[in-house]
Amino acid sequence: MEKLSLLNRLLVLTASCLMVAAYFTPLWQISLWAPQYPEGLNMKIWIDRLSGDVTIINGVNHYIGMKHIGDEMFPEFQYIIYIIGSIIVFGFLTALIAKRWALYTFFGMVGLLGIGVLVDMYLWGYDYGHNLDPTAAIKVPGMSYQPPLIGYKELLNFLAYSGPDTGGWILGGAATLVVLAIIIDFRNKSKLKNTLP
Amino acid sequence: MKTGQWLMAGAIATILLAPGCKPKGAQSALSGDAASKVYVAPGQYDEFYNIVSGGFNGQISVVGLPSGRVLKIVPVFSVHPENGWGFSEESKPMLNTSHGFIPWDDLHHIAISTTNAEHDGRWAFANANNTPRIAKIDLTTFKTTEIIEIPNSGGNHSSPFITENTEYIVAGTRFSLPTGDNVDVPIATYKENFKGTISFISVDQEHGNMDIAFQLDAPPFNFDLARAGKKKSHGWFFFSTYNTEMAHTLLEVNASQKDKDFIMAVNWKKAEEYIKAGKGKKIKSPYVHNVWDEDTHTAISTVREDILSLDPRELKDIVYFIPCPKSPHGTDTDPTGEYIIGSGKLAAIIPVFSFTKMLKAIEDKNFEGNIDGMPVLNYEAVLHGEVLKPGLGPLHTEFDGKGNAYTSMFVSSEIVKWNIETLEVLDRVPTFYSVGHLMIPGGPTGKPHGKYMVAYNKITKDRYLPTGPELAHSAQLFDISGDKMQLLLDFPTIGEPHYAEAFPAALIKDKQVKFYKMEKNNHPRALKGINDARVERDGNKVHVYMTSIRSNFRPDNIEGVRVGDEVYFHVTNLEQDWDVPHGFAIKGANTAELLIMPGETATLKWVPDRVGIFPFYCTDFCSALHQEMQGYLRVSPKGSNNPITFSTGVAE
Repeated sequence: MEKLSLLNRLLVLTASCLMVAAYFTPLWQISLWAPQYPEGLNMKIWIDRLSGDVTIINGVNHYIGMKHIGDEMFPEFQYIIYIIGSIIVFGFLTALIAKRWALYTFFGMVGLLGIGVLVDMYLWGYDYGHNLDPTAAIKVPGMSYQPPLIGYKELLNFLAYSGPDTGGWILGGAATLVVLAIIIDFRNKSKLKNTLP
Repeated sequence: MKTGQWLMAGAIATILLAPGCKPKGAQSALSGDAASKVYVAPGQYDEFYNIVSGGFNGQISVVGLPSGRVLKIVPVFSVHPENGWGFSEESKPMLNTSHGFIPWDDLHHIAISTTNAEHDGRWAFANANNTPRIAKIDLTTFKTTEIIEIPNSGGNHSSPFITENTEYIVAGTRFSLPTGDNVDVPIATYKENFKGTISFISVDQEHGNMDIAFQLDAPPFNFDLARAGKKKSHGWFFFSTYNTEMAHTLLEVNASQKDKDFIMAVNWKKAEEYIKAGKGKKIKSPYVHNVWDEDTHTAISTVREDILSLDPRELKDIVYFIPCPKSPHGTDTDPTGEYIIGSGKLAAIIPVFSFTKMLKAIEDKNFEGNIDGMPVLNYEAVLHGEVLKPGLGPLHTEFDGKGNAYTSMFVSSEIVKWNIETLEVLDRVPTFYSVGHLMIPGGPTGKPHGKYMVAYNKITKDRYLPTGPELAHSAQLFDISGDKMQLLLDFPTIGEPHYAEAFPAALIKDKQVKFYKMEKNNHPRALKGINDARVERDGNKVHVYMTSIRSNFRPDNIEGVRVGDEVYFHVTNLEQDWDVPHGFAIKGANTAELLIMPGETATLKWVPDRVGIFPFYCTDFCSALHQEMQGYLRVSPKGSNNPITFSTGVAE
């Protein structure tokens, strides 16, 4: 059975459609709270840019020698739109041609995207938090300021949070649909084996 | 016992009992739960903004109610070294007048803008009493953004009262004066040569810009206070007058002779008709108009040449006089607009006039005389009734929207609550001491919030820990939600409050500007980033284009300045966050500091008087490295050849 079921074709189609939201919604957010910022500072990461209180965060972070965050800091903004775009196009193709190999390739692409993004973010966060200006005004021995990959972390007087934003959650939902399609496909295959010994 | 012993025992008993015979103080007026009614828990907000005149400090204070906490001082007519108001090059033109720069005035009354006779919280207006002016304060920035001078006026006391849709603000002169070309006249020719002018200042509804629409040429009385008609009496304005005796010396006696003075009723809609018909006369009267531009962060002062004068002697039906006992101070219209209350400060009663009856008396020509052809209405015909035995020295009346009026009594030091319809006195409370103005949130509007009332007192004496001869003026907050007025709080104030108005905080709380947007900064010498920081010489003028951002100035090392140069520091605060002002001060500058809000540019002028190194620094504790926010300027002798150099060094 090389053909995908109608249900799986619909799942892949829906997942691909959902992924389009990545172009119109923020994917990730980083928030900071401090006694002086009870209302919090919030930075949003979009597919090709940053928004939110970036300038204020830069102003605060320059004391400990962190780099100036800006769009130019992320070469990813130049090409990730094409990567996600290609995956979406492939998803539509998968729903159209309904081949099993296409579903598994699609699954692989989505999975690699997710892992790639997280690894990339970790590496950026490590560099941003550790690679500090040696002439910084405030130096705390042994202290680094790597933001959390996901979740909360205390950094000096700030509580930092990092996690998916609207677009990130939608992408997560799309990935779940693809996983669901894979599981359904596995079940169909084993049923087939049972009926045709 | 012998008679002597009895007498002795009596004397001792009298001494022992004497303290019990003293009048009861405020303590007995307080009931148990007053504290909880004024307690605003940490992190919570007050329910009302109270915009309070500062009197002789020329400022207004912003007070939270019910806590009585001072939230801000807004400089209006007086310089304010604290934030450079009147010292920075940008703000100096705001205090310009036809007499030149004036650093002080006496600010008495507040008018909050209204729509349909309700507070809308767009602007506050305030009067300068001494050198007649009216100011507009923007309630999104709490900054004075416009000041207009009132020509042909002396003692702008009957001001700035406001019509129900903020069409006009009025400015009635307290001291009548000779006007026009013939001003060098003997004072004894008062009756012939002096005039009492009433200015109507129109307000542009979009930006609030003020313009003197017309000036009424009224008799040379003293105009004291005023109130616009509202709702049914919209289109009319009521002005209290005293010294209708037209005395010019020892007014204490000579202006207190008549049993009745007047409330002057002005039909301003009629005046508008005459203006449309071209009946006004242009009269040369130069005056100054100052406007603050929020984009250039700079004031511009211009001179206007003439005003449009209307003579109500010739132009009939604009002015009518209502007889009112005796030297009325406040005149107030109730929330329905039907009743006009005159508070005769030397009168034993409070007269309440009916607007409906006034119109009828005009229609029936029920006049008891005239002043230069302007009708004096028959007192009885206009009278709704008199409040009997209200107290001594009535000054002002406010309303709770539930049919009750509250009148302040200066001499008997109390506030009296009475019913407007029945004129029956319902309650009275003592004030500490000698209340002047009183205020109910929304009190002068068509929609009072009858929950609190504040008394602004003229005498303080023993209310607080003593501070030498000069004391803070006292205020008292009362709960007026019940049948009886209940004293809640006693608090000191800033300056000498006269009138105040209050409105619900929700009206403006969420409209506050947090910082000025950098991209909208159109100051000609603004810097949009640190890269443009520089110093330029232009003859003996040196312009320093400086940025401030946590925690440095650029440039911070400046050389090549000479003794006698005019140095202008144009400092732009590059921050784009709430509550991060930076200050700027340099040693020996004989001005005040600059206090620059985020996104703003301000300029300090400095003329170095000696050779040396002059430090400058940030005066507002801005950040953890605030103490590092500093710089040096080198001053060389006059005629030195040191070129201008400047830098902000890299890390050493």
